[in-house]
Amino acid sequence: MSNTIIDATAVTKAYAIGDEQLEILHGIDLHVESGEFVAIMGASGSGKSTLMNILGCLDRPTGGRYFLDGRDVSRLSRGELAAVRNELIGFVFQNFNLLTRTSAVENVELPLVYAGVSRKERAERARAALERVALGDRFNHTPSQLSGGQQQRVAIARAIVSRPRFLLADEPTGNLDSKTSLSVMALFQELWREGLTIVYVTHEPDVARFASRVVTMRDGRIVSDVNQAPEQAAPLATPVAKVA
Amino acid sequence: MNLVQTFPLAFRALNRNKTRSLLTTLGVVIGVASVISMVAVGEGAKARVEGIFANMGTNMLIVLSGSTSSGGVMGGFGSMPTLTWEDLDAIRSQASAVHVAAPAITTRATLLSDDANWTTSVTGTTPEYFEIRAWKVARGARFADDDAEAKAIVLGQTTSDKLFGPGVDPIGRTVRLRSMPFQVIGLLERKGQSPMGSDYDDVALVPVKTFQSRIQGGLQKYLAGAILVSAVSAPETARAQREIASILRDKHHIASEVDDDFSIRNLTEIASAQQQGTKALTGLLAAIAVVSLLVGGIGIMNIMLVSVTERTREIGVRMAVGARPWHVLAQFLVEAISLSMMGGLLGVVIGTVVAKLVAARFGFPFTPRVDMALLSFGFSAFVGIVFGLYPARKASRLDPIEALRYE
Repeated sequence: MSNTIIDATAVTKAYAIGDEQLEILHGIDLHVESGEFVAIMGASGSGKSTLMNILGCLDRPTGGRYFLDGRDVSRLSRGELAAVRNELIGFVFQNFNLLTRTSAVENVELPLVYAGVSRKERAERARAALERVALGDRFNHTPSQLSGGQQQRVAIARAIVSRPRFLLADEPTGNLDSKTSLSVMALFQELWREGLTIVYVTHEPDVARFASRVVTMRDGRIVSDVNQAPEQAAPLATPVAKVA
Repeated sequence: MNLVQTFPLAFRALNRNKTRSLLTTLGVVIGVASVISMVAVGEGAKARVEGIFANMGTNMLIVLSGSTSSGGVMGGFGSMPTLTWEDLDAIRSQASAVHVAAPAITTRATLLSDDANWTTSVTGTTPEYFEIRAWKVARGARFADDDAEAKAIVLGQTTSDKLFGPGVDPIGRTVRLRSMPFQVIGLLERKGQSPMGSDYDDVALVPVKTFQSRIQGGLQKYLAGAILVSAVSAPETARAQREIASILRDKHHIASEVDDDFSIRNLTEIASAQQQGTKALTGLLAAIAVVSLLVGGIGIMNIMLVSVTERTREIGVRMAVGARPWHVLAQFLVEAISLSMMGGLLGVVIGTVVAKLVAARFGFPFTPRVDMALLSFGFSAFVGIVFGLYPARKASRLDPIEALRYE
């Protein structure tokens, strides 16, 4: 297994608007090693979401090369990309994106369903993942019975249940109050210290300070890329750290 | 993830919108129910018509003698005896498509028992008559060839009931006919009404020789009634008809340009005409079934399209965590098939109940057709596939990024 998780070289992305090609990303070079905790910063319109979609194999680059875990994924078909997402990437979204009227355990099981994991193993791993995010007492709650922070923890459990090579989060604290945001970032830091590679997108410098590396984007280019000593996200009153 | 795992998922999704799912399947329910009841009613009606004509006689032809002509007034078939006993012998011996033939000379006469009297139709005939009309005796025996001159009589149920009282065994009793004692040797099985409404059980049968010598008298050369013929098989009735016509024209020395002086009635033709009515009804129901299955299929497609739109985000999430396009396709296709199969199942149940009620109301025999139930159930699944394919394809082709962003 390669130590380089993300190896993107001269990645461009352009959309056809009428007859014209509108280029959103102008040659992105980004390399993320295993065990990094990367925040991609940028104002809205900076192209960070487009980059995130490409890094997450939800979209293909127009130009350039993208190797994920040593594998060229820049020219894969839709079905092959789905398999790559299933095996290598765990997703966390701003608006949680849990299936409504579906229990926490079943939400967490979802990636394993498509990975072809047996029913029994699915249930075991989903429960373990929920316990990992301190929701061991909420297995059968549906999203509407959970708070925003709890829903995001279910989503994180769903992202780690398939043991991905890296976790990709899109504004993970965007829909949460500051207190809950801190507890989610504390959970990310714990998972990172346990060895998980994490890349997250945010527009808030406050949220970026918990990462070990901050990549800043502007107008479709990377304008700065610095390593930093991550600030400890205090777990506050939420019992996340205790369970870990 | 395999297809079997998709079914519980589909049922759960449908269960969330119970009323909608039920209403969606209604078209398929009606379609399948009409197929099931249509077939059952059609079969029942056919069986009943066949049963009625089986009582009238199997593969039967009736040969009637010609018409009198008096000053231009035609007397109608049978008014002038043109058929002879020789004709009967010739039909019996020369027509290869004829199985058996029997004379039937009928008159209305009054029968007397010890304490009752009853006027009924008395027919003189030979033992073949029972075979041609497929009439069986419930008690006693029918008369045999060597009873030809005997004063023996076989009674229908109605006649027996009127003379001796209902349920009384008349065998061995004596009835008087034209002041002569006849011994009751047989009682016919109950047969009910003819297609024209007359009572098959209101009859009495005597040997034809006895009938001629004791009851009617008169001409010995001519057969003063009809000849009943049974063809060797149903498809051969037409050939039997042609053979008999040819024999009779030959024996009656009728020139080629002259009309027949007899007529031949083919009961198989009447029977098939009656079945045409049933066929028309069956065709109508089949049309209803096809149209409602079509409409039902469109209903399913419509609801599946709504469902795909409603669940765009869900589709996006599933794709993001690794659902391939065919997983999404399978999920929605299986939902459509589940909908239509539930409709099919419900339709089979309702159709069977309706068929049973109709059969009970009109006195048809009711036979559940497992093959039809399976066929229409399978067809409803097919409708689900055909009309579920488009929405399912649409779902599977969604762009995960767009789908995740969908509000």
